[in-house]
Amino acid sequence: MAKIDIAVVDYGMGNLRSVSKAVEHVAQGKSVVVTSAPAEIQQAERVIFPGQGAMPDCMRELDSRMLRDSILHAAANKPFLGICIGMQLLFEHSEEGDTLGLGLFKGDVKRFTANQMLNDEKIKIPHMGWNQVYQSKPHALWKDIDEATRFYHVHSYYAEPIDPALVVGETAYPKRFCSVVAQDNIFATQFHVEKSAQAGLQLLRNFVYWKP
Amino acid sequence: MGLAKRIIPCLDVTDGRVVKGINFLELRDAGDPVEIAKRYDDQGADELTFLDITASSDNRGLILHIIEQVASQVFIPLTVGGGVREVEDVRRLLNAGADKVSINTTAVLNPKMVQDAAARFGSQCIVVAIDAKKVDNQPFEWEVFTHGGRKATGLDAVKWAQHMVNLGAGELLVTSMDRDGTKIGFNNPLNRAISDAVDVPLIASGGVGNLQHLVDGVTIGGADAVLAASIFHYGEYTVQQAKEYMRNHHIEVRL
Repeated sequence: MAKIDIAVVDYGMGNLRSVSKAVEHVAQGKSVVVTSAPAEIQQAERVIFPGQGAMPDCMRELDSRMLRDSILHAAANKPFLGICIGMQLLFEHSEEGDTLGLGLFKGDVKRFTANQMLNDEKIKIPHMGWNQVYQSKPHALWKDIDEATRFYHVHSYYAEPIDPALVVGETAYPKRFCSVVAQDNIFATQFHVEKSAQAGLQLLRNFVYWKP
Repeated sequence: MGLAKRIIPCLDVTDGRVVKGINFLELRDAGDPVEIAKRYDDQGADELTFLDITASSDNRGLILHIIEQVASQVFIPLTVGGGVREVEDVRRLLNAGADKVSINTTAVLNPKMVQDAAARFGSQCIVVAIDAKKVDNQPFEWEVFTHGGRKATGLDAVKWAQHMVNLGAGELLVTSMDRDGTKIGFNNPLNRAISDAVDVPLIASGGVGNLQHLVDGVTIGGADAVLAASIFHYGEYTVQQAKEYMRNHHIEVRL
């Protein structure tokens, strides 16, 4: 089997073309595969775990493709980047469809409360668009990214880790929520790095060369 | 500081080419889609919308190539609308690299399609486009029209918007047919009525002639994003200028 530098996990949820194209853009000369094969995920040097749609469907699709063990193995052993639902799935439980997640991190995924006000307008759900990310803690993947840089968010649910030490990035909508978690070789963002223009590409570049 | 209001340039596509119209008659090739998309990205566009205006269904698939090309090189959200009839159309566009798909006439003819698409791909990628016109002969103010504004539906635009959100629309693209092409500004009362009636973001469309119209769309109309075509295509303003203007009027933008 040829060497795989980066595996983008495909479990049938969402458009992975954008993720793989953005990674290829910053990782020239490296092999990037979009795959649902456990062997390829096992073999890859780095793993990206994206996800779109509803969390119950994501968990079901993940299990129907027998990918749970591969994901847990990758998350325990190699540079691992979760994106959007790929971040939420790392937690114990989600309010969305009362779903059990992979349980790597203690905490719940919660829905934004409707009818909150911000600047005299009620907030819209999903939280959609470019919002500022505050770097709660230093991290290698923040290299060359300014504090309060805007990233593209699209989501109605957000993760609430029990351990505050996991939080490396926060976004305000209107209250601050955890938009980035990290621990050891794992980094996971609620926002879409692959759709966040130069800032997102920089974060992906940092991931591609990250040595945790 | 927080979530920025978005500026979305809209590009018309026909037979696989990006075109711009001259007084709605002659369509002229506007250039390479990737180059145009990159230019708007460089100017700071927050998203791009591609509207497929291809008349013949034979050539409608050609937009997929454009989206594939653009999505390989431009890393901001892409929305595609026009001629989306089936859940399978949504899947094809998403696989080509679209992040969101806009559904217009089909939403009226077959509302269940909106529900099915949202259930399958998630509300975050389902935009329902509503073309509305002010009417006198109905017990409500704005009526939904389809087929590019030619067919009346008898539907109240505000109630219709709520219904679409209940079925799973994650965003609404509201175009005022009275204002489209007039350059006299968005229909802010229409947008405000819909924006206040739903929880999802609203994109205002139709009627932009100057940068103050963009500001009014947000502050008066309650839009979360503003869509414009001609003011950007013909070089009257850059997206950057529009954002600076909005920022100077105390609207939060990504600069």
